[in-house]
Amino acid sequence: MASKAVYSQRDPMLKKRDDFEDILEERRNSSDLRYALRCYAPVVYKGLCPSKAGTLKSMVLQSDQLHYVIHQVCRETGRAVDDVQEEVSSILEEMAHRLQLSTVRFFAFTLSKVFKTLFRSICVNEEGIQRLQQAIQEHPVVLLPSHRSYMDFLLMSYLLYTYDLALPVIAAGMDFMGMKFVGEMLRMSGAFFIRRSFGGDKLYWAVFSEYVKTMLKNGFAPVEFFLEGTRSRTSKSLTPKLGLLNIVMDPFFKGEVFDVSLVPVSISYERILEESLYARELLGVPKPKESTSGLIKARKVLSEDYGSIHVYFGQPVSVRSLAEGRVNRCQFNLIPRHIPKKPSEDIHSFVNDSAYRLVRAQEENMVLKPWVLLASLLLQNQVSGQKRGIALDELTEQAVWLRDLSRQYGAFLHWPEHTPPSEVVSSSLSLHRGLVRISEGRVQLALGQTGGPAAPGEPRSAVTPEEELLSQAVIILSCASYRNQALHVFLRPALLASAIHTASSNKKQEVFNSFSFLRNMFSNEFILCPGATVQDFEEACYLLVKTGALQVTQQDVLVTERGHRTLVFLTSMLDPFLQGYQVVCRFLCEEATEALTEKQFIPAVRKFIIKHLLAGRLRYTEVLSSDLQKNSLAALLRLGAVRKIKGAEQGTLKVNTVMVNSLEDTLGGKLPTQKAVIARL
Amino acid sequence: MLYISTKYQIIRKDFPFYLGKTAHGGLWVQIKNLPGHLPKESPSHVFLQEIMKWNGWGYSDSRFLFNKKGQAEFTGKRYIIIGMIIPGLKDWFECTFGASLQHKTPATPLLNSSAVQPPTLNEAFVEELKSTGIPFSQDAEDRVFRAHGHCLHEIFALREGKFGRVPDMVVWPNCHNDVVKIVELASKHNVCLIPYGGGTSVSSALECPPEETRSIVSLDTSQMNRILWVDEKNLTAHVEAGIVGQDLERLLNESGYCTGHEPDSMEFSSLGGWVATRASGMKKNIYGNIEDLVVHIKMVTPQGVIEKSCQGPRMSTGPDIHHFIMGSEGTLGVVTEVTMKIRPMPEYQKYGSVVFPNFEQGVACLREVARQRCAPASIRLMDNEQFKFGHALKPQVSSIFTSFLDGLKKFYITKFKGFDPNRLCVATLLFEGDREKVLQHEKQVYDIAAKFGGLAAGEDNGQRGYMLTFVIAYLRDLGMDYYVIGESFETSVPWDRVLDICRNVKARIVRECKERGVQFPPLSTCRVTQTYDAGACVYFYFAFNYRGLSDPVHVYEQVEHAAREEILANGGSLSHHHGVGKLRKEWMRETVSNVGMGMLKSVKDYVDPNNIFGNRNLL
Repeated sequence: MASKAVYSQRDPMLKKRDDFEDILEERRNSSDLRYALRCYAPVVYKGLCPSKAGTLKSMVLQSDQLHYVIHQVCRETGRAVDDVQEEVSSILEEMAHRLQLSTVRFFAFTLSKVFKTLFRSICVNEEGIQRLQQAIQEHPVVLLPSHRSYMDFLLMSYLLYTYDLALPVIAAGMDFMGMKFVGEMLRMSGAFFIRRSFGGDKLYWAVFSEYVKTMLKNGFAPVEFFLEGTRSRTSKSLTPKLGLLNIVMDPFFKGEVFDVSLVPVSISYERILEESLYARELLGVPKPKESTSGLIKARKVLSEDYGSIHVYFGQPVSVRSLAEGRVNRCQFNLIPRHIPKKPSEDIHSFVNDSAYRLVRAQEENMVLKPWVLLASLLLQNQVSGQKRGIALDELTEQAVWLRDLSRQYGAFLHWPEHTPPSEVVSSSLSLHRGLVRISEGRVQLALGQTGGPAAPGEPRSAVTPEEELLSQAVIILSCASYRNQALHVFLRPALLASAIHTASSNKKQEVFNSFSFLRNMFSNEFILCPGATVQDFEEACYLLVKTGALQVTQQDVLVTERGHRTLVFLTSMLDPFLQGYQVVCRFLCEEATEALTEKQFIPAVRKFIIKHLLAGRLRYTEVLSSDLQKNSLAALLRLGAVRKIKGAEQGTLKVNTVMVNSLEDTLGGKLPTQKAVIARL
Repeated sequence: MLYISTKYQIIRKDFPFYLGKTAHGGLWVQIKNLPGHLPKESPSHVFLQEIMKWNGWGYSDSRFLFNKKGQAEFTGKRYIIIGMIIPGLKDWFECTFGASLQHKTPATPLLNSSAVQPPTLNEAFVEELKSTGIPFSQDAEDRVFRAHGHCLHEIFALREGKFGRVPDMVVWPNCHNDVVKIVELASKHNVCLIPYGGGTSVSSALECPPEETRSIVSLDTSQMNRILWVDEKNLTAHVEAGIVGQDLERLLNESGYCTGHEPDSMEFSSLGGWVATRASGMKKNIYGNIEDLVVHIKMVTPQGVIEKSCQGPRMSTGPDIHHFIMGSEGTLGVVTEVTMKIRPMPEYQKYGSVVFPNFEQGVACLREVARQRCAPASIRLMDNEQFKFGHALKPQVSSIFTSFLDGLKKFYITKFKGFDPNRLCVATLLFEGDREKVLQHEKQVYDIAAKFGGLAAGEDNGQRGYMLTFVIAYLRDLGMDYYVIGESFETSVPWDRVLDICRNVKARIVRECKERGVQFPPLSTCRVTQTYDAGACVYFYFAFNYRGLSDPVHVYEQVEHAAREEILANGGSLSHHHGVGKLRKEWMRETVSNVGMGMLKSVKDYVDPNNIFGNRNLL
């Protein structure tokens, strides 16, 4: 226990978090109209040069950077300058926001109505709001909310309006623009639209980055975007995308602003509006194209209870402090700053590390509801083959145990303090009654006959086993998405628990090797900061030792008697992923043909998995999640076990069967870690 | 004192004419003698040491003080602001720094010789030196006086009566040959020599390296202060390197010439010092910087004397050896004689000033002036804080009429023109040449300024701006009497970076002060002081109230260090004209690259293998 002092700095129990205020309470007691029309006078950035949306556009069009790129494009393609300039104008036209207070007021009014019907409360940490207000005045601010729902960015703007803060401009995917009227409404509430992919289009990139930078540098408005790039369908944080983060940090690197404040915002939904939609999407029912009529159909969601939302505005992170000692800003001294340059190695790795840190900051301040723990327990119970479910009082006992464990791991758990646990459990279950069934005092997932809310009213006559499986999978994946909310709390200890489980001995070094292997394997799946293996290992050891589950000596890692329960829970948490990756490996070894393309991969692997599930060779239905399948392929590509053949049509996959095989065996604990490492080399 | 009075001196006590403030608020004055803003009396006939402060800036009799009524005034009889009451200074001082006249931090009044380390003498060297007849001294006061420049930490220590390593003796060579003899003897006896000119260094260049175990001899060039000849056909003058700036100008002025080299320190700094640090003068736009002004340099090194064989105006003979000498900061030898370009004195001189709505516009205007290559002799742009500072230094107005006029001007600028008094900034101008051309030039510059929203703001403001340069160092001493410490530092930077560097460095200073527990926001201000084709020179002023800090100098140094890092990160240079010394040498390698460093080292190794010139500057 001598190591305790060293670790105490990181003790998650010591994390201090702000209190929440419910903003809907006031909305329920006073006029929405008056609220929507009230005087709005936010504080602004001290260095703000007041400008209208129009001036903003001309500032972008006249920037040195765009001039340079326009002429470069002209030289390369032989096009006339006017022609290219016109293209630039139209790109900008397509992209630019038209923030209008009247639209915002309209949203303020309608959203008040909608929110009050949908949610019990919307809770915000007001200290975070105060910090944000301070930050907005001092430096350009970038808001980085987590992304779990379409709701996110309307909610963000709604909150900022409520607290009389500067309204953000928001980077939104172009797919929204397809929704004719809504797209324009969003544009007028501050959204600007970017194409989903524009990899090679340097003109587009130049317009886009200059547009964002101009807004940022002039303090025109806080810039808001989603680090994860898209909504997470699994409620796990997605590995961050770096493009926009790079753009907003660039003015700091180049000395154009003194500092930039990055504000991670964690938005947690007690019940996600898109719950079953996401599950279906992950199962291969294609995502409905965003359309206005689709949104109206979604009206039926209005009649349900979605519990509460917690929004936590995190501590603003100064890019300057982050970059201190990591980025040598002198690298921009010798080339005019407006000439676009690929980010150097040190900048790239700095941005990458920062992005992970920020996503972790989002994760840490995500509020977890008791249901999240229940979902974890029910999933584990379901897999363990208990057909009749789990007794309610047993579930309550386990939940209380898990509550205490998660708190010790630093979870931001909102468990009502003065309510008996049994009541907490039953009220959580009733909010999610579409996912669970309670009969005769026993609780289980709502699989099978009832079909779940995914397909109500559909004729249920000729159901094939496959269809049956898929409809169960909808429930399981929905449930898993709640469990996933808590994954970040248990991830590091779970990796350690699995490492202990798979390692061939109790030797600390071997456990570490195994930990390191798993961590590396799963780094596309979970948020694991690059290069922090040792830190993560130490943190995991610390937490398990602290809770008495583990004894760590100089050489050995020993599971204590009372630690057994914890370790079983933790390994079970990670097990679906371990199994899933193994199945994907097996698929690649057994079924992948020479001509398998990236595009065909998901359908093919899905078919393979369904076959195994139906044959009972695989326990985890959630392996059907295309998210897991994609991540595992990405990991294999990263490790070089699978290669994409360039030039071939649609990216043919070339499988290194020996290596994939050995990775599979290592995941299954059949091969010691060392060998896998060698195989990788 | 061991020295013998010098053999011959050009003595001239009566300074015939100088620019003064006329009754109606200062107008251009056609003058015969330049520079007008300098003291009336020539100090060169006496040792400067005797009339200068030992623990502060400038002349002993000249200082700012707050009188019994709490009004600031300036004592002595050397500067034109003498006797004037400066009513605004106290309020500005108290508001800006949160300082109070109640809280004083007076300096140790007298130099306590017993606190000075006894000299480490190299007896053999002293013996041989005696036989040459060159005057020298081991007096504590003489040694302390030459042990420092004017960095904050140096002056702060002196005020507290603390002395570090000081030179063990001082020698006063009287001519080039004396220097040759001294350097020979130093090499022979392995004595460390530190050349000393005007002592105005702000780079810790004069500090004795504490690790130096040899006897350190300060080589004071002040007695080599003659103009040896003037060549009117080629417009050159051959001058001994110890001459002080104002004497050089005054003496040349007598024959109708000038060099036009006017660094802010010209009252005290010497020609040799300018060469050794690559100095820059206020009026470089007309006359050039020191590298443009020198035609020939003679320097004594341990390997012998280095000089060129002719005075051709330009040569293609390999790398210019002058460029090994200029900026060598006393590490290679002693500059003894310099041939400099001279110019006929300008017929006419006129100050001016322009008010801009904000700093951004001001910089844009300076950039345009530089683009059109029509910069006046001097053009400087002060930021808003410095504008307010300058305003606080405005002497009491003499009549109701002037104060009425001032009020009217203020009204016009802030209300009628809509300038925000917390954003506006001012450029000061100095035009020189024949009358016609000056007026024409003036119009051109004001026309450009108008395009950037600039309003002409009178000559008075311009002139006061330049005067500020000469008194600011005295003001630091005043601040130090009341818990306020500060300093200035400079850089040069490409045009496109000027605004960014100004903003970021100022903000960095504020942030660092806050983080280091400085109780009140510091004064953090800048001005653009020189324009070039490709960039500008920027000067930062930084001062804070150190009440409540246990080690204010350390805090000061940390903040200055951070500010320099910020400058470098924003594409600024390590120095525009102050030099590197020991204060900034940690950044030399990244500034000139490894190979560059190797080049400089190899020159040092050849010229001075035994490190006789051991001040350890630069490398």
